[in-house]
Amino acid sequence: MIDQVPISWYLILSATLFVLGVLGFLIKRNLITVFMSIELMLNGVNLSFVTFAHQWHAVKGQIFVFFVMMVAAAEAAVGLAIIIAIFRARATLAVDRIDLMKL
Amino acid sequence: MNAPLHLWLIPLLPFAGFLINGLFGRRMPKFLVTTVALLAPLGAFLAVLFSVDRVYNIAFAGNGPVRFDNFPIVEALPFSWINIGTLHIDFTFVLDQLSLLMLLVVTGVGFLIHIYSVGYMADDKGYARYFSYLNLFLFFMTVLVLAGNALVMFIGWEGVGLASYLLIGFWFTKDAAANAGKKAFIVNRIGDFGFLIAMFMLLANFGTLTFSEIAAKLAANPAWTGGVLTCIALCLMLGAAGKSAQLPLYVWLPDAMEGPTPVSALIHAATMVTAGVYLLARMHFLFDRSPFALAVIAIIGAATALFAATIALVQTDIKRVLAYSTISQLGYMFLGCGVAAYSAAIFHLMTHAFFKALLFLAAGSVIHGLGGEQDLRKMGGLRKKLPVTFAVTTVGVLAIAGIPPLAGFFSKDAILFAAFQQGTLGKALYFVGLITAALTAFYMFRLWYLTFLGESRAQEHHQHHPTPVSMLAPLVILALLSIVGGWMGIERFATYLAPATGPIANEAGRSQLELYFSIIAVAVAAAGWFIAHNFYKQKPSRPAELAAALPGAYNVLVHKYYVDEFYGAVIVKPLLAFSTYALGWVVDNAILGGLAWLLGGIATFSGALLQRWQSGNLRSYAAWLAAGAAVLLLFLFAPTILGTYGISIAWKGW
Repeated sequence: MIDQVPISWYLILSATLFVLGVLGFLIKRNLITVFMSIELMLNGVNLSFVTFAHQWHAVKGQIFVFFVMMVAAAEAAVGLAIIIAIFRARATLAVDRIDLMKL
Repeated sequence: MNAPLHLWLIPLLPFAGFLINGLFGRRMPKFLVTTVALLAPLGAFLAVLFSVDRVYNIAFAGNGPVRFDNFPIVEALPFSWINIGTLHIDFTFVLDQLSLLMLLVVTGVGFLIHIYSVGYMADDKGYARYFSYLNLFLFFMTVLVLAGNALVMFIGWEGVGLASYLLIGFWFTKDAAANAGKKAFIVNRIGDFGFLIAMFMLLANFGTLTFSEIAAKLAANPAWTGGVLTCIALCLMLGAAGKSAQLPLYVWLPDAMEGPTPVSALIHAATMVTAGVYLLARMHFLFDRSPFALAVIAIIGAATALFAATIALVQTDIKRVLAYSTISQLGYMFLGCGVAAYSAAIFHLMTHAFFKALLFLAAGSVIHGLGGEQDLRKMGGLRKKLPVTFAVTTVGVLAIAGIPPLAGFFSKDAILFAAFQQGTLGKALYFVGLITAALTAFYMFRLWYLTFLGESRAQEHHQHHPTPVSMLAPLVILALLSIVGGWMGIERFATYLAPATGPIANEAGRSQLELYFSIIAVAVAAAGWFIAHNFYKQKPSRPAELAAALPGAYNVLVHKYYVDEFYGAVIVKPLLAFSTYALGWVVDNAILGGLAWLLGGIATFSGALLQRWQSGNLRSYAAWLAAGAAVLLLFLFAPTILGTYGISIAWKGW
């Protein structure tokens, strides 16, 4: 069944997800939304990895996906911890206000 | 010679002293500083004596009359110093009659003055620094004297200039001392310029700087006279005139009196300032080929002698009187060189080293005793307070005035006699020298009367410092040398020096004629004494009356012929103005400063522009990143997308 869906559709979906992630990252103010946008980008990339792995019958692509998911999980753990710490300190999650380090 | 003499030890010992005291002196206890400072010149002096002993033992072993066939002894350091193409210059030391004599004077008198300094500088907080400079001076001076070629000599030449600068400006917190040091350095630089040019011309014309090789080449070509040799000789003379404070470059020496008095004695009376005379004697083979240069030297010498002596008549600072007297005596030495009587000049150099060092040290003792007072008008009546100083000063004054049988009489007489035998010019210069002799006797006895006789004119009662033994012993030794230094007589002295400096011409009828000349010279000196006695003993009001009667002449003399003012207006001021306005304002501020400002402005401006990219806002970076990626994708896919609409494009190079 999967073979009846053209590969370009998967790729278009992947690109759409990625672009949505980028736009979210650039536009949204809330740190959690920004964070979720990053996850969206990662998953968009994951989708294209899987697609190509299927297309070329190469298992390496699927292995990469696992790597990405693992890193994403680790990142989520660290990132959420940082977000909580920031919220405790600043009582806000607006990225534009978190600018203590700026000159 | 079989075994080496290790001549390099002679300069090296003072250098070691300089290093030790210069590097560690401040942290060493004082007695250790003193020990090092005294051992260095003593070691050098002993090394010289050792050389004398070795050389003369071998000479005596011949059983005949004393001969010095084994001179000159040449010792080179065991490496090639400069070796470029056809140019070979080694670090050679040469010991011959002339350099041996100079070494004895330099290290001997130098050692005495080191001893004296121990007492004189005892309470100065720059004690170690003082002695390290003094040792440095001895190092360079011995290098200068021992040099076997002009370049090694130049090292010593520049080095003594450096040591002189450091010691003149020893009390550098005093403006006058710092300025005097600079003045000495700069004026000497003019002379060094002449020396350098002379060296270049020697290289170009002889291909070597080694004295003996130049002499040999000249001897092989008796026809070479005048021309380029005159040019070289005049350039060398400029160097010598700078170092030996002759007209027109003498101006630094009186100011050099800002240094400590023992320094004035060692560097600015006995040794360094005679380096110019030494250079003339060392290069005599060259000067002998240029009668014109010799005549110039003789005229400059005689003119300087008279000029400085007249200034000395009215000076009131005891050290300045002695400084002008030194210039005047150096003028005698130049006169001696100028009439080709090099051995007479060197003879006077030696005796002058004795009695002038003595006079300076005695003056130092007076100044020390009066707690720093240098003004003759505030002295007087010191005969009772400083009996030893009085006695040795008397010896020094008699010696410099040319009263027999003290040293100065013999040497001055020898120069005047040699001058008289050199044609019309020589006879004219002889009379200049004779007048100078009278003036010399006058101003020296003036100093003597004003300092030691009469009533004390001190305004407040000075705390009378006793003179330590370390200061008295050198005075007594130098006084003895000032008495006996001339007894050798010019003839034996000239015979001794002849291999190094050539014989004195005109031996015929010498003794008969010379006797008359001696009588004239003594009579002239006695006249000077008599006038001084009349002025400052019998009728003390007379000098003031004379000054009032001749205000013009008196003012000119008090202001030293306005030479400093003249140089200031003609050379220093225009140079300063040029530096300030042309170089300082236009070149430095406008051109260089403007360029720097422009470059800095460009960097600042572009930095301000670029700064906006580095906003520190993470999302703007991400936006740029995304935009970049989008542009790349556009480039990548533009041909494909446009191709679907029938437009064919291709990127060049793809």
